[in-house]
Amino acid sequence: MNTAGHSKAFTKLLLHLHPKRVNAQSIKFTRTFGLGGISSLFFVILFASGMLLRFAYVPSVKGAYDSIVELQNEILFGQLLRNIHYWSGMGLVLVSFLHLIRVFYSQSIYHDRRKNWFYGLLLFFLVVFSNFTGYLLPWDQLSYWAVTIMANMLTVIPFVGDFLADMIRGSNEVSETTLLRFYHFHTGLLPLLMVAFMSVHFWLIRKSKGVTVANMENRETVPTSPHLLYKEMFVALIVIISLLVLSTLVNAPLQEKANPLISPNPSKAPWYFMGVQELLLHLHPIFAICVIPSAVIFFLIYTPYMKFSDLNVGVWFNSEKGKKLTIFSIIFGILFTLSITLFSEYWWNGTQLMPNVPSLISTGLLLALFYMIPASVFLYFLKIKYQASKIDLVMACFTIIMMAYLVMTIVGTFFRGEGMSLFV
Amino acid sequence: MRLFEQKINRRNFIKRTIQAILSLNVLYIFSSLLSNKKEGNTLDEWYEAGDINNFKNNHIYPYSSAHFYLSKIENGGMLAISTKCTHLGCAVQFNQSKDMFVCPCHASAFSKYGEVVSPPATRALDIYPISIQDNKVMVNVTKPIKRQKYEASQLTYA
Repeated sequence: MNTAGHSKAFTKLLLHLHPKRVNAQSIKFTRTFGLGGISSLFFVILFASGMLLRFAYVPSVKGAYDSIVELQNEILFGQLLRNIHYWSGMGLVLVSFLHLIRVFYSQSIYHDRRKNWFYGLLLFFLVVFSNFTGYLLPWDQLSYWAVTIMANMLTVIPFVGDFLADMIRGSNEVSETTLLRFYHFHTGLLPLLMVAFMSVHFWLIRKSKGVTVANMENRETVPTSPHLLYKEMFVALIVIISLLVLSTLVNAPLQEKANPLISPNPSKAPWYFMGVQELLLHLHPIFAICVIPSAVIFFLIYTPYMKFSDLNVGVWFNSEKGKKLTIFSIIFGILFTLSITLFSEYWWNGTQLMPNVPSLISTGLLLALFYMIPASVFLYFLKIKYQASKIDLVMACFTIIMMAYLVMTIVGTFFRGEGMSLFV
Repeated sequence: MRLFEQKINRRNFIKRTIQAILSLNVLYIFSSLLSNKKEGNTLDEWYEAGDINNFKNNHIYPYSSAHFYLSKIENGGMLAISTKCTHLGCAVQFNQSKDMFVCPCHASAFSKYGEVVSPPATRALDIYPISIQDNKVMVNVTKPIKRQKYEASQLTYA
């Protein structure tokens, strides 16, 4: 019996998540920036700290808020534990989003990686839903009203909206049932699903022979240990140290205990949903919650199934021209979204300008067209002036969507004050 | 897509059928677990708002713990207006100086009849049925009535 091998069972298992040898090009830090790895590190930290938090937390309307206060004030390192969990949760949303962007721009979602892009999107949805279900658990004013807003957003969806919102809340408003439900989603079902889908996600990377590289033929391999392993450990160390420093210095927010009678002014959704909330301030709810998000999700799922003639798998932005066009799209996306935000805030009041037209058209369709027509003209301009190919245009589209969301998130988070008015 | 190009033979057919039945089963169990919990308690259905003679015309009376405002207009008609903003469900507050219900979340505003004065809300605030028994104003807080806009027929008179 190989006792030496058995005694190292755990280390060996971890090592076998990697192949024995890896492509030298693929382990350059700038190839992936370690974003996928950092995401899984955050997941492990969240899992460990979350398991510990369960010992202190009481999932009931009476006990939840007080148990958090007690954790912070009475238990040794309780506040630090909560901060670590909170900041890794925020970190996970941010890093997995960057990971999604990296994979898109380095053309790593086509051919045999289509399926993995789909599992990745699913995982990203689970990450956001986990973060959101965790948001309610402290049961303070911030979380109570953020969840009330989000659940009511669902009711706008035609036919199934009310059913979905009631299913999430378990009653007609955010209540003890909601809290218990979110607790079990957050600490049970969602982590379990994520482990399952992460396994598939990792396995599919192995199946497609590692991460994409620009030049697949030029394969010069090096042993995983130590070459890749040391890099991973170095990145992990940096992340853990930064997380500890941040968690020591900045406390996770905790407002007054939840009060269903008074909404704080302003009431804002969690920052990753601020873009949607900002959209709601301008657009008719059916467009803001139903039409536009579905279109974006469809775009993300459908893109790898489109037929392209000149894919350059593993090359950032496809080509030098693609890089230039992406920079143009970033500039266009930021400036145009900003101007249309101000336009609809100060000048375009659909219901007052056209009182006889249904608001679905005046504040919905028309405003959406005000955005889409110039954006299409811009894409057409890229096509004519720079002979942009289909893949360039798809990337430009993706860039404009990302920039629009970024701008709306920043405007909503930092520039809206009392009564959600701009620049207060 | 690939899914539909696959040939259906007996083996595939049986496999798909079993998969479909199992997933429907899981879906059914899950949805019944998550379905809305019905509360059998009907005792507190009618909320007693007070004696009819205590209410003055052209006044708004807040009942925040029961989630409604009692609005009595100039001609004595009454509306029990829900505090739940029709946009995203925040609790609206009555602003005396502006004479409007204002939502703190997305700045929707409603008149004292509950009608939309400024968006993003697109329909009037819900109302609750009012019934007057022995000079007591009773409000049924379990049955919100959805409405697009204010109509005179929604008023209740003493």
